[in-house]
Amino acid sequence: MIPKSGNRFSDKIMLGTMTARQRISRGYGMKKILASLALLGLVAAGIGATGTGASAQEEAHNEAAPTHFPIDEPKEMDWSFAGPFGTYDKAQLQRGLKVYKEVCSACHSMNLVAFRTLEGLGYSDAQIKTLAAEYTIHDGPNDAGDMFDRPGKPSDHFPPPFPNEEAAAAANGGAAPPDMSLLAKARGVERGFPRFVFDIFTQYAQGGPDYIHSLLTGYDQQPPAGMVIPEGTHYNPYFLSGVSLKMPKPLSDGQVTYDDGAPQTVDQYSRDVSAFLMWAAEPHLEDRKKTGFRVLVFLLLFGALVYLTKRKVWAGVAH
Amino acid sequence: MSEGHSTYTPKTGIGRWFDSRMPLPRLVYDSFIAYPVPRNLNYAWTFGGILALMLAAQILTGIVLAMHYAADSTLAFDSVEKIMRDVNSGWLLRYLHSNGASFFFVAVYIHIFRGLYYGSYKAPRELLWILGCIIYLLMMATGFMGYVLPWGQMSFWGATVITGFFTAIPLVGDWIQQLLLGGFAVDNPTLNRFFALHYLLPFMIAGVVVLHIWALHVVGQNNPTGIEVKSKTDTLAFTPYATIKDGFGMIVFLFVFAYFVFYLPNYLGHPDNYTVANPLKTPAHIVPEWYFLPFYAILRAITFNIGPINSKLGGVLCMFGAIVMLFLVPWLDTSKVRSAVYRPWYKLFFWLFMADAILLGWLGSQPAEGSYVFMAQMATLFYFAFFLVALPVLGLIETPRRLPNSITEAVLEKNKGRGGHPAGATAAPETKG
Repeated sequence: MIPKSGNRFSDKIMLGTMTARQRISRGYGMKKILASLALLGLVAAGIGATGTGASAQEEAHNEAAPTHFPIDEPKEMDWSFAGPFGTYDKAQLQRGLKVYKEVCSACHSMNLVAFRTLEGLGYSDAQIKTLAAEYTIHDGPNDAGDMFDRPGKPSDHFPPPFPNEEAAAAANGGAAPPDMSLLAKARGVERGFPRFVFDIFTQYAQGGPDYIHSLLTGYDQQPPAGMVIPEGTHYNPYFLSGVSLKMPKPLSDGQVTYDDGAPQTVDQYSRDVSAFLMWAAEPHLEDRKKTGFRVLVFLLLFGALVYLTKRKVWAGVAH
Repeated sequence: MSEGHSTYTPKTGIGRWFDSRMPLPRLVYDSFIAYPVPRNLNYAWTFGGILALMLAAQILTGIVLAMHYAADSTLAFDSVEKIMRDVNSGWLLRYLHSNGASFFFVAVYIHIFRGLYYGSYKAPRELLWILGCIIYLLMMATGFMGYVLPWGQMSFWGATVITGFFTAIPLVGDWIQQLLLGGFAVDNPTLNRFFALHYLLPFMIAGVVVLHIWALHVVGQNNPTGIEVKSKTDTLAFTPYATIKDGFGMIVFLFVFAYFVFYLPNYLGHPDNYTVANPLKTPAHIVPEWYFLPFYAILRAITFNIGPINSKLGGVLCMFGAIVMLFLVPWLDTSKVRSAVYRPWYKLFFWLFMADAILLGWLGSQPAEGSYVFMAQMATLFYFAFFLVALPVLGLIETPRRLPNSITEAVLEKNKGRGGHPAGATAAPETKG
C-alpha cells in the first residue's frame, strides 16, 4: 500500500560533502575543538548548579555586617486563602481591618480601597454605611465654590492620613509610609532556586502576607553583637532592604480589642492584618480561584474528548 | 497553496458566484482543509497554531483593556488597578493579558527550539525562518512596551535601563534614546508613545504572521525526519488530521496557561511592579521580564573593554548579536542533513545550547556580582560558540546516521519497531511527544 522508494539516501548525504579521507584527517582536529566546546557547556552548567551553594557560603562570613537582605527569610504561615480552593476567613479580615483602622491607618494610606468593597469582609450595606460615615471626607467645591467636609459614603475610598506625600514624609522622619492598598502584592522575598520551581506545584503565592507577618513579629529580635543600627531606625531581621527600618514596632500585645475571642497578641494581630492586606490587594481572589477550578475542569473534560476524537481520526493512519 | 492544484469545488450557487469573483473560500479551503501536511508531525508542531491562538487572545484582551486604560503617567497605575478592582471581570482580562504575554513567549521559544532541533531553517525555508525571527523581534518590542504601561517601579526602571542601551551607540546613540523617550528621561511622553506602539505592533505581528504562513504554504512544513515530502503517501490533509491534533495541543497549552492565570497570576511578574513608578527611587535589582533574561545576562556579562569598544557598547553589541545569530542560522549550519534525529553530535550540542540558554536566563535574574559574572561570561561564550563554531563545523565533520528514504519509510520503520503494527492498520499510541 505504501510504495518503497529507491535507496537514494546515501548519495543525497554525500553530495557536496567531503570525501571520507578528508573527513577523517580534518575531522580529528575539529572533533577536539568540539569536544572542548561541549565540555565548556557542561562546566558552565555545572557551575550554575553549584552557584547557589557557593554564594550562600560567601554570605555566611560576617553576622554583624550582612550584605544580603532580608537577614532571615519570612516564615511560611498557613493562610486560609492559599491553595486552589483558598477563601478569605471573613472574621479574620474584619479583625485585620480593625488593626488597620486602629493602628496602621495613623500613618499608612489605603487609597485604592473603597468602603463599598468591604462587603467582601462580610459586612452588610447598613454596616458599610455606618463605617464610612465614621470618616470625614474633604470634598468640593460646592455650588458656592467652597471646599467642605462631609461624612464618608460607601463610594468613598479610605481617606489618607496625610494631605500629601511631602507631609507624610515630613511627619515620618523623611520617608513617606507606603500606601497599603497593594502592599501584600508589592512585597516578596526572592525564593531562589530550586524553590521557585516547587512553588509552581505548591501554588505558593503568599510571599506578601508571609513577609508582612514576619516583619511585624520580627521587632523583638536583638541584633547580633557589633552590628551598627543607624540612628532613628529599628532592627528587624526580616526587613527586605537593610538591617533596620524607620518604622518602629507598631503592635504590642493587647493593643487592639477583639470582640470575637481571638487572642490579642502581636502574632495574631500580624496574621490578621496581613490577611486583610492580601484582601485589599487582591479583592477578587476567591472569585478567581473558583472560576479557575471551573475553567480547569472544563479544559480537562474538553481535552479528554478532543483527545479521544483525535485518536479516532488518526486510527488506521500510520504516523 | 501554490504547489499542486486546488481541489476546491464549490457546492452551492452562491459558492460558485463567490469563487469566480473573489475566491476567499477557496483560499481558506486550500490553506486549512486540503493543505497537505507530513504525516509524521509530532506535538512540537502544534505550537504554530498555539501561537496564532495566543496572538488572537492577546489582541482581544488587549483591545478591551485599552478601553479602560489611561496612558498618562499620573493615571496609568490607578487605571490598571481600577481594571483589577472595579471593571467587570477586569482582573481576569488583565491577568489573561499579562500572563498571556509570558505564555506567548513560552510558545515561541518552544517553536524556535523545535525549528533549531529539526533544522526547519534550512533551504528552502530560510525566508520562513527569517520572517519568524522578525516576528520574535516584534514580540520582544511589544512585550517590553507592554510591561511599561502599568507604570510600576519595574516598568519605569526597566524602560530606563533598556532605552539606556541605545546611548551606547556611538554618535547617534543619545539622539535615538531621546527619540524613543520623547525627552531626556522616561516620562509621560514615553508612556504615550509606548502605548501607541504597543497597540500598533501586534497588528504588524499579525501582518508578518500572514507572510510567515504564506511562506510556509509555499515550501511546505518540515517534519521530524527533515526529509522533504516526496509522494502523496508522505502527507495527510490538514483537516481533520492536523486540525484535531493542533486542537488537542492548544487545549493542553491552555490548561497550563489557565493554571497560572487563576492560581499563580503574579508568579511571572515582579512584586515591585505593584508599587507606582518613582523616578527618585531605584529598586535594589532591576530585572526585566523573564523572557528577556538570557539576553540581559549576555548584556551584563561583558564587563571588560575590548580595544575601542567599552564594556557598555560591548554588552549591547553582544546582546543584539545574540539575536542576530538567529537570523544567520540558515547559513551558519553547513549540514546537509536537517533533523537532529540523524545528527548525534548536533543533538548533543542542541541540548547543551538549550541548557545554556536556561542557565543564562537564571543568571540574568541574579545580581551581576561575584561568581555570577564569570558564569555569565562562560555561558555567553558557549552561546556564541554554538552558532559560530558548532553549527558550521559540525556540518562538515559529523557523520550522520542513516536517513530513511522517505517520510513514509520512516513512519513504517518506527511502527515496526514498536511491536509490529501492520502499517496503516492501527493507531499508534500517543507516546511520541
